[in-house]
Amino acid sequence: MREKEYLFNNANKIDEILVKHGMNRSRIVAIMQDIQNEFGYLPEKNLKYISMKLQTPLSQIYSIATFYRAFSLKPRGKHLVTVCLGTACHVRGGARIVESIQKMFDVKPGEKTKDGLLSLETVNCLGACALGPVVVVDGKYHGHITISRLERIVKGILNENKK
Amino acid sequence: MVNITVNSQIISVKEKTYILEAAKKQSIDIPALCWQPGLEPHGACRLCLVEIEKSGRKRMVTSCNYPVEEGLIVRTNTEEVVKTRKIIIELLLARCSTNKKIQELAEKYGVTESRFEKKEEDCILCGLCVRVCREIIGKEAIGFSGRGIYRKVTSPFEQPPQECIGCGSCAFLCPTGAIKIENGLNMRKIAEINCEIPLVFCQYCGRPIAPLRQIEFLKEKTSLPEDIFYTCAECKRKNYARRLIAMSSKR
Repeated sequence: MREKEYLFNNANKIDEILVKHGMNRSRIVAIMQDIQNEFGYLPEKNLKYISMKLQTPLSQIYSIATFYRAFSLKPRGKHLVTVCLGTACHVRGGARIVESIQKMFDVKPGEKTKDGLLSLETVNCLGACALGPVVVVDGKYHGHITISRLERIVKGILNENKK
Repeated sequence: MVNITVNSQIISVKEKTYILEAAKKQSIDIPALCWQPGLEPHGACRLCLVEIEKSGRKRMVTSCNYPVEEGLIVRTNTEEVVKTRKIIIELLLARCSTNKKIQELAEKYGVTESRFEKKEEDCILCGLCVRVCREIIGKEAIGFSGRGIYRKVTSPFEQPPQECIGCGSCAFLCPTGAIKIENGLNMRKIAEINCEIPLVFCQYCGRPIAPLRQIEFLKEKTSLPEDIFYTCAECKRKNYARRLIAMSSKR
């Protein structure tokens, strides 16, 4: 009975992902990454579904989902800007970049713009400290970023969207 | 068996025991908040720090999850251990500045004031509640969420946990009293983990016995007659006494 409930919630897609990982509960992070890539966030219903399918307590899955910054439990905007605030990026002006993006596009860290086009996130380290400050725009890493360059990149992807 | 030296006392303990357990057997006092017999050690509260010496080298380890080794030298009361422990207590006291249990602990170990920024938390994230739910009850209804300063104990999505049976083991083990059980008129509430489960009442006297889901859980685990689950301890005793009297009068 419980299973029926989930059929309407992209269960086919989720089943595909689960099968791809061999229904293996030790690959839970990879499974969640795939769900995140598919929908842009981790829908609550889908997490409950994989908890049932993999016979893994929901509390564990929730712990993982809230632990990693790469996961989001809320829907993200169409485009994602992730600013690194690790120590190296921080001393090279990461915080100022967050601030200016926040002002420029009227979006707070961890939230999306009103039109739902842009999400701004911060992360504590991307492991590319030599390139600091680092910003990831839609999965593409930009090292030694400056505010004006980032503005051009972000406006670029937003304009593309309007066309 | 393994021989270790604790505070210049040679003791021999079973292999694979942890330093803390070995010391407890010798009634050597090591404070610990996140340790509980019957549960796997966690090493979260850091209060059980001791100094160990191995082939001439000294270092500090948490004694609750450090297994004993042959020839290990343990000191639980060196100047450095006492000093470090005091700092940890200070940190706990800063986090839980209004918590009675932590205040008592601080007083016992001679910490009166904390130099750190004060907060009014109760939970010290020792994980006893999470571990008892996983290891003993086997439900894993609650877990940690977030990380770093955002880490906290909660139910998934902060919603009423489906798996929770309302047994209250988490509240029972909580060393600081952060998790509280509230038995209302018809419901048991454990607010910290968003749990609210109807209570079952004694079929004879009408007093609350246990939450419904706990009774269902016990029924599954045991194969006792139905009647037992719906009778409170007091009424069970009275019923038994009545039966005894009836039996003896027949004779």
